This record gives sequence, C-alpha cells and structure tokens, in this order.
Amino acid sequence: MKLNSLTIKQAREGLKTKQFSSIELVKVCLEEIDKRNQALNAFLTVCANEAMEHAKKADELIGDGQDLPLLGIPIAVKDIFSTKGIKTTAASKVLSDYIPPYDATVVTKLKSAGAILIGKTNLDAWAHGSSGENSDFGPVKNPWNEEYVPGGSSSGSAVSVASGMAIAATGTDTGGSIRLPASFTNTVGLKPTYGRVSRYGIIAMASSLDSIGHFTKTVEDSALLLNVTAGKDNLDATTPPEIIPNYLKSLSTGMKGLRIGVPKEYTVGLEPEIETNFKQSLKVLENLGAEIVEISLPNTEYGIAVYYIIQPAEVSSNLARFDGIRYGNDRSAFGNEAKRRIMLGTFTLSVGYYDAYYKKAMKVRTLIIKDFDDAFTKVDAIVSPVSPTSPWKIGEKVNDPLKMYLSDVLTVNCNLAGIPGLSVPAGFINHLPVGIQFMGPKFSEELLFRVGQAFEQETKYFEKIPYEL
Amino acid sequence: MNIDVLHIAKLANLPLRKDEIKKYEEQLSSILAYIEKLKKAKTDNVSETSQVTGLENVTRNDSTTPSLSQESAFSNTKSQQNGSFKVKAILEQ
Repeated sequence: MKLNSLTIKQAREGLKTKQFSSIELVKVCLEEIDKRNQALNAFLTVCANEAMEHAKKADELIGDGQDLPLLGIPIAVKDIFSTKGIKTTAASKVLSDYIPPYDATVVTKLKSAGAILIGKTNLDAWAHGSSGENSDFGPVKNPWNEEYVPGGSSSGSAVSVASGMAIAATGTDTGGSIRLPASFTNTVGLKPTYGRVSRYGIIAMASSLDSIGHFTKTVEDSALLLNVTAGKDNLDATTPPEIIPNYLKSLSTGMKGLRIGVPKEYTVGLEPEIETNFKQSLKVLENLGAEIVEISLPNTEYGIAVYYIIQPAEVSSNLARFDGIRYGNDRSAFGNEAKRRIMLGTFTLSVGYYDAYYKKAMKVRTLIIKDFDDAFTKVDAIVSPVSPTSPWKIGEKVNDPLKMYLSDVLTVNCNLAGIPGLSVPAGFINHLPVGIQFMGPKFSEELLFRVGQAFEQETKYFEKIPYEL
Repeated sequence: MNIDVLHIAKLANLPLRKDEIKKYEEQLSSILAYIEKLKKAKTDNVSETSQVTGLENVTRNDSTTPSLSQESAFSNTKSQQNGSFKVKAILEQ
C-alpha cells in the first residue's frame, strides 16, 4: 500500500510516529500527478517545488514535537480559491494569467493548520457545470473510467482525492458541485451550511448559495477538515457567530434511535439501477437502527426552476466585475456556459421581467425552505440519492444545457434552503461509483457526520479505489 | 418566450459572435420555457428569501486595518498610468 492511499487521520499518525516523513508523502502524491494528470486533467497548476519546501518545514516542525491538525498533509485546492502568488484561473481564460495578491480565508486556515498546498485543481469554468466539461482548459476525466465524466463543478478536486494525487481537496457547492463529483468518484463530499465556512477570497459564483466544503476519503476526515475551516470570518459578513462544535466528538455515536426521512419526491424519475441501489442503502440504515420515514417536500419540483433564476442572476452580477482593467482579460474571453448564464441572469433581472422571474423565484425559495423546516420537525435527517443517474459519458449532455442543468435536481434544493448535505459512497453501477446524500437542519453537520460515519463503516465502499496505487 | 439576445448581450457588455446569437436564442428560450413552471406555485402572502441564515445588518468597527499595498493592487493590471488604472475615455472632450 502506498502512502497516497492513506486518509488524513492515518497519514497524521504515520507522520507523528515517524513511520514516514511529509517529504515522502508529498513525493508520492507528486509522482501520482506526474503519472496520471495528463490523462485525467485534474490539476491546472502543480506546486511541486513549493510543496516540497513546505514538506521539509513540516518535517522539522514534527521533529520539534509540533502538533497541528493537518501538519505535513498535502491538500489540493480548487482553482477558484485565491492563493497568494499562485495563479488562480477559475478555469476561465478570462483569468488565464491572474495571480492573486492574497489568500482566501480557507487557504489561510489550511496553511495555519499545517497543510501543504500541492496544486490547484481543474473545474467547470467559474464553477458553472455538473460534469467537469465546461473548463476552458479541457475536461476532467473520471479515474474509474476515463470515458465518463467525474461530475462537476469541483471535478479536479474530486478526482485528485479519488486517484491518490492528494490526501484531501477543497471545493465549492452552489447547486451540487461538491456532492455530485463526490458521488461519481467514490469520495466523501461535504456541502456545509451556508455561511459555516467563509467565502472570502473565493471567486464568487452565486453569493446567496455558494457553500465552501471539501473532498476526503472518509467521513472522519471530512469532520476533521471542517474543524479547521468552519467559523465566523470578519471578512465575510455572511458567516454567523454560531458555535463550532468539535465535529469529531460524536462521530461514533451510531444510528440507533434516529428518524431518517425519505422524501417521496426524491425517488421519482430515478434510473432503475440507482433506485435499486438506494433501496439497498435504506436497508443498511434500517439495520443500523434508524427508523426510515416517508416524508414529503411538496415544492421540490420547483427547485431547478428557482435555482436557474436566482443563480444566473447572481452570476451575471458577480461576473460583471471582470472587465480586464484591473486584472485578467476582457469579456470576449468568457466561455459558452458563462455567457449563457450571464445572459440568462441579465434577462431575468431586466426591466419588465424582474417581478415575474427573480421576485417570484425568491418567494418559491421561501416555500422550499418551509418544506425542509416542516420535515425536520418529523425527522432528524433526510436521505436521498445524490444524482438521479449514474455518471454519463463525456460529451453526452454538452449540447443540451437544460438536460445538464437537470442533473442537479436532487442537490439544488439543499443550497436554496442553506442546509448542509453530505455525500457518502454508496456502491457501484457498472463499475462506476454512486453516492448517497444526507441532509440535516442548518448547522447540523455534526449529526450528518455521525450518520455518514455509521453508513460508511458498515458498507466500506470507500475502501475501493479505481486502480492499485 | 422570445428573448432579444442582442439587447441582453449589450446590457451585459458581452461581445457575441454571429453564430452565437441564434444558438443562445434557442437555448435561452428552452430554459425559460422550463422555468415557466413556477407560475403554478402559489405565492400569495409569501415573503421573499434572499438570505437563509437570518443575519441582518452585519457591521464592524469603523477603524482602519491593514490592506493591500498599491503595488499589490496593481500587480495584475495591463494598463496603468501614474498610480491609476488607465481606462478608455468615457466622456468626449
């Protein structure tokens, strides 16, 4: 077994007990990148020299008996997080040569916790996409089968973890951009509560929806990372002062006594294999002691429509700042999907249409939130598939934007309501991974980790890797 | 729903190629047709949500803190003059 197959927890133990050094760990990841990145296109920038230097420093600190939660651990960062002195492109040609003069808050926090930034990962440009194909620098491939999409928009981050190029990776989730690629790559993906993790320094997509999370191999690692990234940030006014629990504390409490809701609206229109897989997962939850309860979230059907008004509206506003004057290239460098969303948003916000589209969408958003509020008076958490289909072939949906948008039908409502969602590996369909998603009330990440951990430790799908490392 | 792509592109300051106009017309119309389903949703007396965690009027002390140096702020521009960003003339003389 090679070092890059370790979890954060295992790697930390190995480093602490001097079984191996951070230099060795970083080297193995860099070798994997060397070997596979040309085919997978997961990284846009690899920080080989800097990473090796920082690994050397980490080894010195470990030698001095320093103990930080991520000391010496190589982590990949989605190329939409600003990194001081390291090119940050959002996978768009508009920012092909942009070098931020400051770090995103999450990057600062990861560095302070001892993490080593190994590189910047590819994504659907500006985080616009569900497949990883919208990158201006070429699509990301699924390591389980390179003819298939890895899911998006945090495609490179998911692939970096799934294929042993990094021990963990950061992502952003505006409508499913962490949970979908996690489910397509057999990794654990967390979309925290809106505002739980600072958005400062992350290139904004849709500011009322953007949630900052991460990819890991296990649920425990996901909790460990959230312990580092969560919290109020004076540089992001939407981070509430809510208490941050120790997310590792009740991880092993188990499933007994929990009421888990299955929204009936989330089980229609599923691919038959997904339906079978989901039923098996429900059995697992039941055997672990959960009570499965059928619930209804009646406004679910409006989710995608609301999302494709609010999100492009905010996109058109956020992307208005890219004029090529202070940084980056001019607006002719925007790719197809960005242009499509800017125009859609500009249209729905324009005179005469604002009330019919934007205002109406904000009202239906309230109804969707109320659905969840009502549900959480009856159940502790909600479970559903992450995607109505298994991963699709590269190219299959690129010419039909609406069809692509509908891939997020089971994930967007979570963003509209601002609640957390956790995607956990749930098995395989034709040798391609699928995930299951747990959702809870706002700030219930601790509960989601507990549920996810019980499911993961019972099923152990996370142990499967796409190829021998 | 027909959408005036050229007008929208002008509002959004987006240069479009000729072949893109028809494509976007079709694609945006099909997305808007899908969105029409919202008309069915009953929203009388429902308030709008723009912020989900209920925070309001978040302020900080009105005091200065360190910020980017002028040099850093200009580090990515291709067009500057005498410590200012240089842009095309907006008003004619």
